[in-house]
Order: sequence, then structure tokens, then C-alpha cells
Amino acid sequence: MTCFTTLTSKIVPLPVDNVDTDQIIPARFLKVTDKAGLGDNLFADWRYDAEGNPKPDFVLNRPEMKGRQVLLVGDNFGCGSSREHAPWALTGYGFRAVISTSFADIFRNNALKNRLLPVIVDKPTHQQLFSLCEEAPDFEVTIDLAAQTLTLPDGRAVGFPIDAFSKACLLNGVDEIGYVLRMTDQILAFEAAHHK
Amino acid sequence: MNDRPRTLFEKIWDAHVVAQEPDSPAVLYIDLHLVHEVTSPQAFEGLRCRGLKVRRPDRTFATLDHGIPTHDRRLPIVDEMARKQIEMMERNAAENGITLYGIKTGADKQGIVHVIGPELGLTQPGMTIVCGDSHTATHGAFGALGFGIGTSEVEMVLATQCLLQRKPKTMNVRIDGALKPGVTAKDIILGLIAKYGVGAGTGYVFEYTGEAIRRLSMEERMTICNMSIEGGSRAGMIAPDDTTFEWMAGREFAPKGADWDRALAYWRTLPTDEGARYDAEISLDAGALEPMITYGTNPGMGMPITGRVPDPDQVGDPAHKAALQKALAYMGLRPNQPLLGHPVDVVFIGSCTNSRISDLREAARLLKGRKVKEGLRVMVVPGSAQVKRQAEREGLHEIFLAAGAEWREPGCSMCIAMNGDQLEPGQYAISTSNRNFEGRQGKGGRTFLASPLTAAASAITGVITDARTLLQ
Repeated sequence: MTCFTTLTSKIVPLPVDNVDTDQIIPARFLKVTDKAGLGDNLFADWRYDAEGNPKPDFVLNRPEMKGRQVLLVGDNFGCGSSREHAPWALTGYGFRAVISTSFADIFRNNALKNRLLPVIVDKPTHQQLFSLCEEAPDFEVTIDLAAQTLTLPDGRAVGFPIDAFSKACLLNGVDEIGYVLRMTDQILAFEAAHHK
Repeated sequence: MNDRPRTLFEKIWDAHVVAQEPDSPAVLYIDLHLVHEVTSPQAFEGLRCRGLKVRRPDRTFATLDHGIPTHDRRLPIVDEMARKQIEMMERNAAENGITLYGIKTGADKQGIVHVIGPELGLTQPGMTIVCGDSHTATHGAFGALGFGIGTSEVEMVLATQCLLQRKPKTMNVRIDGALKPGVTAKDIILGLIAKYGVGAGTGYVFEYTGEAIRRLSMEERMTICNMSIEGGSRAGMIAPDDTTFEWMAGREFAPKGADWDRALAYWRTLPTDEGARYDAEISLDAGALEPMITYGTNPGMGMPITGRVPDPDQVGDPAHKAALQKALAYMGLRPNQPLLGHPVDVVFIGSCTNSRISDLREAARLLKGRKVKEGLRVMVVPGSAQVKRQAEREGLHEIFLAAGAEWREPGCSMCIAMNGDQLEPGQYAISTSNRNFEGRQGKGGRTFLASPLTAAASAITGVITDARTLLQ
């Protein structure tokens, strides 16, 4: 399993609050039985017109945005449905980190399990990042997971929270299911004692 | 350690921790795992790659709901991808010894996963219940801890019957007062989310308390818990009481005889202790509520049905203002316009929020002896095969058909619009479902969320209508 250590990238700004997972990947694309190819339909209804042509004014369709690995979004990103197809679409497209002030709980869990790093920043930093995207859109940020820092172009390193377990799993490529499978004796003991 | 007063949530959590290592999430045991065709294929494939079978098929139950057509089930499924997904569910269930309520097997009990769990008696107080679906919060109405999970977590539960979980915080959601006539449980939850927003519950489990909640039936409680996720909370719970136990007694998987007595004694210990502390508290006066309707593109953009659409120019916060402008542009609505009298193209009565027998009775109460407005499409989609049979025993289907509505087979249908039941671009729907996101009911479709009463009233007039004007 691949690890997440550091990442330096330019930013794709999407200044919309409460982006729900139906926008990230509309339900009609959930009929797949594998995880491949969802990146092509990331934000499909914002990205393509009725004929399937890219809408030039949508941020992902601007040529200079190609290859950028960090997405900057508004509050409460990933609300709504529990579909893991949302992080599959984001990573399938090439994103490795999403920056916001807050993430919906289920999306956040799903992202971490797909090595897509949710980076939570405070309101002033969030606003500063969006302002920078307007003023100097080609700046780079560096995300250092071990240090839990996001480094801005002015050199300021902003801390971000992540629980110790998720961090260790990302840094070391831990297989969480394998981790729990090794607890089989404890699970058996629990089942024997469980009231039902 | 257990002498400290605890909340309902804490009691269930504590009873299910298999292991808790320092700086790690708890290993939480899962009593009931509900599975459907759309979020499980990759999980079963993962299991296969590990050379594993489902650890506890006896605690795993599957249904077909999200992608299944709601027309005549004897017809072939024309959507190739949906058919393949359904066949994979059938194969995965058969290979792992999981009971499947589907087309070829268990069709008499098939239905929306959050409708059949309770009606089969699988959902019980004190349980931990998960499903790869965010509306698993529904099961909290029974005093269970139910929450939605992603497909990686589905694989984890299939493999281990456990989940790695960080303990969420608790929020007391106090609903007092008495509902006025024509105001329903759906209006309580839409009113709550309109008041506190779609992110208020992030990081929390809701416990709904207060006299208004105590007076609600189980089906009304399920409607409220169902939409906890729309308020940002993964789980919403209501302490079990005699209403809960009476509803459960005799159901297929509910305990029987001495087992029932033993279970009942345990269930009565579950309600939150006097003096237990919540991490946060919010409240709502049910007595002040009007029927609610949404005007925007998230469930928090709701208002009393007699109100006017908010004006972005009156919103100070720039992000909120931009969100409102974007929503009104998508919805094709003007600031300050009333919604009463706004035309609709489709009425959808169904979904895990409002497709139970009491919802259909409410809708039928209004539609009886009346006609659906000409040119309007009205879909009534029962939540399960059992709900459908009950409705037909009561003659409700005849009321719907005589009015000019469609009476369909059970499934998620136009709530998620991935089975062909969908809006055309630009169409307006009034819907008893739970999400009004852009394109949720079909690309370019526009959704007004409301109660079954409001939906049925609007079906008669073809415009958004306050049901109280039609109720005798």
C-alpha cells in the first residue's frame, strides 16, 4: 500500500460551501462494480455541459489547473451520501489532498482510507489561501504529514489536526483491515461474552 | 466504572468496545450489518482478494434497493450496469451464505434497507448497526447506534464484524411542544435543519429528547432519525420506550418468549440516566412549527410553506450570500417570492424517509376521492414489499390509482434517481425524500423537499400547496 509523506503542489480553488458527494460524483456513476475510471466524472454536472463537452468556466477545465494535486474548498466538504466513490473520483482524477475548514464525518473517514488527506485549516488561513488563488494563482503549498504542517508561499507553516492512528496508517501504509484481523482472539472473546 | 450517569449513546458504545489501545480508535463490535447492491461490490471483491469469507453471515442481511427498477419485476433489467450490479449482489450473498431480500430470493420482503431492517425486527434497541448508506441513522429511532459507512468500512465489517471508530461527541436535541394539525415529523426535522444548518452535527451523535419526541409513533421517529445526516450527524438516536417495544413485538427477528423478556429488561436500562452530560445541546419548539418546504439546494435551505424565499442581499456573510445566489439560480427562484402556488412537474412519495405505511395513509387521506392535476406525474413508491402488501390490503393503491398516480414496486427510486426513475432537466419535483442537492433526482432536476401531506396536496393542485387548506 502506498504511503503519504509530503506533497508539494499548486492549488485548484473551488470556493463553494457544503459541497455534497452528489456533486463530487453523481449517483448515475455509482453503477460500477470496481473503483476505476471515476476521475473522469469527478464533478461531472459542474464540469460538462448537456452534450458532455467541458464547460470552459469550471475550474477543473482551465488548462493551467491540469496536474494540480491539492483541492481547496469551502466549509463542510463532502456532506450527504456515504458513497466512497467520492474519494475514488477525487484520487482517480489525481488529487491527493483537500483543504477546508471542515469535512463531513463519513467523507473524512472515506478519504483517509484512500490516502486522500483532509487538511483542516482555520478560517483566516482558509481565506488567505483563497485570496492567494486570486492574486497569484500559481503558488505552491507543501503538506508535510509527519510534521502536520501546511507551508504557505510566505514560508508560514500552519499546523493541521489528524488523529495519531490515521496519521500512522497514512505514513506507513498500514492495512487497517489486516490490523483488526490480527485481533481475532479478542473478537472471539468479545462474542462469547456479548449478551446476544 | 458504570456507576457514572451515562447517555444512551455511551451505554451502547461501552457495551461494544472490543479493544481500545492508547492513541487508537476503538475496535467496535457491529451487531447488524445491512448490505445493498451499490456500495458493496468493491468490498466483496476486497474480501475475495484476501481469500476471506464473510465472518458473520448470520449478522449480515442484504437487499436490492438503490438500483432496482420499480416497474414490473418480471421484466428484464435493461440497464446493463445496474443488472450486473444486482447479479453481483446475488452472487456475493450466495457465496457467503447471506440472506438476500431481492428479486429471485426473498422478494416478499425486499425493500429499502432502512425500511426492511425495522419491519423485520432485525433492528433492535442497544444494537450497533451499520450499512454502506448514510441514512442508516434511521435505525437510531429504536435506541440503536446506527450509522453509515463507506465501502472500505463495509469490507472491514464483512471481514471482522468490527469497525475502527473514534468516539463521537453527543448532542442533546431537545424537541418540546405539541405539533399543530397538519404539521408532521418531517416538518420537525426540516425545521431543525433549517434552524441549525447542514453542518451542525458534524462530529456528534444526536439524541432526540423532549415531550414532542415521546409522543411520536415509531414511523415518525424513523423519519426524524433518518435525516440526522442532513444535519451533519452520522447517527441520531431516540431512547426506546413502550412505543418502541409495542411496535417491535412479534416481528420476524424480534426475540420471542423468555428471550423477549430478557431483552426487554435490558432495553429498559438503555435510556439516558438522570444527570448524564451531553457535549452540546440544541432545541426546537415543535409547537411553533408550520409545514416546512425547502427552496434551495441543500436540506438546510428550508422555510415555512407560507414563507418567502430569502433575499441574498439581506445576507451579511459573503459565503452564505454566494451559496444562496447559486442555489436560487439553480432552482430558478427569485428573492422574496412565495413558494405557495409554484408549479411542479412531478410529485414523488417514497424514500427511506417517508415510504412507510403511515406515510402512504397520510397521502391517501388527501387523495381519496380526488384527482391528480392533469399533466402531473405522481409516483407513489412503497418502501418495501411488506408495506406494499399492507397498503393493498387497506385499498390505498386503489385510491392512488383512481386519483391518477403511479403505484410502483418498492425501492429507492427517484430519491437517488439511479434506476431510471428521474426528473428531466429543468423539471420541478415536490418530494418526500431527504436530499434536494443539485441533480439529485436527475440531472438538472429541481427538488422541493416536504412531508407526504404537502406532497399529496400539491399532487391535487399541481402547485405547491399548504395541505391544511385541503384537510377537513
